Amino acid sequence: MRGGWFKVYAIGYLVFLYAPIIILPMFAFNDATVIAFPLTGFSTRWFSAMLEQPALHIALKNSLFIAVVSSVLATTLGIFASRATTRYRFPMKAGLMGLIMLPLVLPEIIVAVSLLVVLLGLGVSLSLWTVILGHVLICTPFTIAILSSAFQSLDQSLEEAAYDLGESPASTFRLIILPLVMPGIISSLLISFTISLDEFIIAFFLAGTEPTLPVYIFSQFRFPSSVPVIMALGTVLVCMSIVLLACAEYFRRRGIAKAGGKNTGGFL
Amino acid sequence: MMNAESRWAKLRRTEAANGLLMISPPAIYAILMLAAPLGTILLYSFLTDGYLEIIRDFTMANYVEAWTNELYRSVMVRSLGVSMTVTLVTVLLAFPIAYFVSFHVDPSKKALWLFLITIPFWTSYLIRVFLWKVILGYNGVVNSGLLGLGIIDEPLTFILYNVNSVVITLAHAYAPFAILPIFVALEKIDRSYLEAGQDLGESRFMTFIRVTLPLTMPGVIASVLIVFIPTIGDYVTPQLVGGPEGRMVANLIQLQYLKLDNYPLGSAIAVSAMGIVTLVSLIFIGLNRRYLKGPK
Repeated sequence: MRGGWFKVYAIGYLVFLYAPIIILPMFAFNDATVIAFPLTGFSTRWFSAMLEQPALHIALKNSLFIAVVSSVLATTLGIFASRATTRYRFPMKAGLMGLIMLPLVLPEIIVAVSLLVVLLGLGVSLSLWTVILGHVLICTPFTIAILSSAFQSLDQSLEEAAYDLGESPASTFRLIILPLVMPGIISSLLISFTISLDEFIIAFFLAGTEPTLPVYIFSQFRFPSSVPVIMALGTVLVCMSIVLLACAEYFRRRGIAKAGGKNTGGFL
Repeated sequence: MMNAESRWAKLRRTEAANGLLMISPPAIYAILMLAAPLGTILLYSFLTDGYLEIIRDFTMANYVEAWTNELYRSVMVRSLGVSMTVTLVTVLLAFPIAYFVSFHVDPSKKALWLFLITIPFWTSYLIRVFLWKVILGYNGVVNSGLLGLGIIDEPLTFILYNVNSVVITLAHAYAPFAILPIFVALEKIDRSYLEAGQDLGESRFMTFIRVTLPLTMPGVIASVLIVFIPTIGDYVTPQLVGGPEGRMVANLIQLQYLKLDNYPLGSAIAVSAMGIVTLVSLIFIGLNRRYLKGPK
């Protein structure tokens, strides 16, 4: 590998990027109530304390429900959009795609307050489903980013061959296209699941009385005594999301390889 | 054969219809859940706040309040300053990384590097922000480290609960967003251009300035926008590490909506913030127009 100084800089940069994640387990396993240096001793008591908090379990269950439903809905919408944008030319394409991709750059608080105003205006009471409405909105652009590269690398002649052999558009989609983009779909499900599980602002505004995991974590920051448990929880979450992301990356790469494309980059 | 032929003709003829049909589920969702709500807050920002309900009186009062009240104006100016600083810092720090991964990393290892860079971005945002508080705090990592090394005599206090800590934390949070677009732009550069530059007698540095940099500008512009626009609306970071003097516009919006129940004023602040961001972004794109027109 060339570029000595660049490499030194890159490693320094990675240390900056990973600093919080390296510190997190230190405090999760530290035997002290105060989150500060020096560390006082090894302990797993925050992890066992974590298992004895019913409020946390409820929040986790809410978050998992929201994340599963949102990732399925967002990926479904993403499949339609990616198929449309890679396969067809149609009027207003740029405008419609721009609107669908807008949540990628729009501050989440704007999405949250605008949905809140409309839902309250319509008399819809806030629940886990209102959070799902918002999460689908912000996950869809990410699913499209992943799925369009899967759809893009499809060889259109395979599809034409299926039509020539007498398959209907629906059966062609099911028999030819779907299996080829399946790795992309799995990758997109995993990414949306991760985004939804971690999303705070929209859930904070739209969850009503049923907190999600991030809303619960945020509320616990106010009580210094419950922070060590949050550090333990954070350690578990970080491990979980690294596993999920590694799976997502594996499927994304396999999908591109399957369709005969070459791997050009990351998730975004 | 005839049958297949005519079927293809039919499919082609209705390509636009098929495309619209295919895009309709996500498009209708985005119109109902995004465009309509955005339209609604725009409308609300011109209405009057009653105590328990919104009064349907058209007024500019909310905008007058949002733009003339000293408190709101100072928060707005600060948010804009913070996002611009964060954008500058993030993009400047990100460029060498993107350059390193694109030009100096073995092609088989590029995906691994990108994966390493993106992982921190996907791990619990709230906990990451909270940990910056631990790193920058009075008894934090930075202070105990510097004290231990004897570089300082007493803990630094200017690195937490002010604008500095907000900038550091946001620069950390948005790093991958800045790296990826620049990386993609660098990857697209035909390496033979660079050889041509050096064959024609330019130094490596001048080749970088005159060939690489202009060709990378679309990526740089994309990363500037993708960092600048969302950071101005960040709520968690100013709330947790900003302290009273680090509050930003999202905290103000949250206050108006959830605490004071003043939807019209909250909407006017939100619309104003988005208006300013859009304007700054358009000016920025306008200034860099010549880089975006390149051959497709």
